[in-house]
Amino acid sequence: MNWARLRGLAFPVALLVVAQIAAMATHLQSYTLAAPSEALAAGARAVADGSLFVATVQTLANAFGGLALGGVLGLIAGILLGSNAIADRLMEFSVEALRPIPSVALIPIAMLTFGFGFRMEIAIVAFAAFWPVLILTRNAVAGIDPALLDVARVLRLTPLARTVKIVLPAALPRIFVAFRLAAGIALTVAVTVEVSTNPLGLGYGMILAEQSLHPDLMLAYLVWIGILGWGLNFAITHAQRRLFGRSALVGPPL
Amino acid sequence: MSRAGWRLASLVVGALLIAAWQLMANAHVISPVYLPGPDRTWNALVHGFASGALSDQLWQTVQRMLLGWLLASLVGVAIGAAIGLSPPARAYLGPTLEFMRPLPASAVIPLAIVFFGLSDAMVLGVIAFGAVWPTLLATVHGFAAVEPCLYEVSRALGLSRLAVIWKIALPSSLPDILGGMRLSLTVSLILAVVGEMLASRPGLGSGILVAARTFHAPDLYAGVVLLGGLGYVTAQGLFALEARLLRWRRTA
Repeated sequence: MNWARLRGLAFPVALLVVAQIAAMATHLQSYTLAAPSEALAAGARAVADGSLFVATVQTLANAFGGLALGGVLGLIAGILLGSNAIADRLMEFSVEALRPIPSVALIPIAMLTFGFGFRMEIAIVAFAAFWPVLILTRNAVAGIDPALLDVARVLRLTPLARTVKIVLPAALPRIFVAFRLAAGIALTVAVTVEVSTNPLGLGYGMILAEQSLHPDLMLAYLVWIGILGWGLNFAITHAQRRLFGRSALVGPPL
Repeated sequence: MSRAGWRLASLVVGALLIAAWQLMANAHVISPVYLPGPDRTWNALVHGFASGALSDQLWQTVQRMLLGWLLASLVGVAIGAAIGLSPPARAYLGPTLEFMRPLPASAVIPLAIVFFGLSDAMVLGVIAFGAVWPTLLATVHGFAAVEPCLYEVSRALGLSRLAVIWKIALPSSLPDILGGMRLSLTVSLILAVVGEMLASRPGLGSGILVAARTFHAPDLYAGVVLLGGLGYVTAQGLFALEARLLRWRRTA
């Protein structure tokens, strides 16, 4: 471990030590706060009894299910709009009007239509993931070097062959960036739906811990969600670098 | 076709989609309990504004969103500038900030409930906390990426530290900061809606949740349409502001 990484760890470690000392010095007995050691113990208990694992699987199933559904639909729509300027211009108003709807506004609609459960959450995550994939894929496809499309024309490729053999490979690095963004959004939206309404997964686990006056367990969940989000981002960024090299890392700002 | 012609054509397509929605609702493809047509949604909008109920909710949500966003922007720019200007601070705090960025903001809601209860202060605190990250990180990046030559010029001119920040660092990182603030505003709207739902504070978020729970689908869709409109107006407003504040860049 190098020096720069150690310096980065210094601040959070110091914070934890101070919190621990403060809790021990004041003999903290509280329904709202817990010492880091207690949170760690509560987290270990949640790991041991399997509840953390079940909640994590539920949240990830919702996040990735929604990402797959919304991402594939966004990819298809993005390729259509990106490779067809007429369709793109005709859909301009509709995209502009639908995109700014905050995904959480769909929570009551999904609740009414599907009731609680996986379908409702996946539908909301899919809506949230659809838009960034659509927009970035459209831009990536529309920005393909025209010479490549000339090649497709010279070779008399069918539209399907052109899409599979020319368009998709050329736009792939930027499409990957779109999915990286959408994955972060998917996890965020999944946790948000669980915290606010849907009785599933990590978000609901946190709310339950809070309502049953277990601040130690609530903090353990919070830290675990943080690690999950960071790990997901790290893994995808790493995969991106391996697959496409450093040049692909210049994406739109998060 | 001209630019305006295409715009008109895309409006027509939008109108056709709304007509399709109407036909679908009329044909009862989906039960009218769940899916009202645009006609009933429009009536609910008109009725909501006539009685003042919907305009009250809209105003509450707008206030919450803007207040939280302003708070987040002030804190984000101040802390971001402090960190961005100091390489040691970046080295020590950077990784922590990177860890906080992907954390779903709504995950701190239970923590905020513990501290503030189900109150307006809780909702505001959550909005401010969640919306601070895009602005803060963009500010750190903007301040850290200031052209070193500019600092050399300011040293040659004998500028004070405050003057350097105000005259050199802030303007040159403004594009980053405004980009971050635009993202923060989107986050603010989302968290305002979620916060209202959870804490049952008056606003569009709790309004649409109650409408769904009492099977008032037209009111629900009216609220969602308003939220979409709010998202659109705020985003466009910030784009306009950005274009105005960054006029100097176009000539560069």
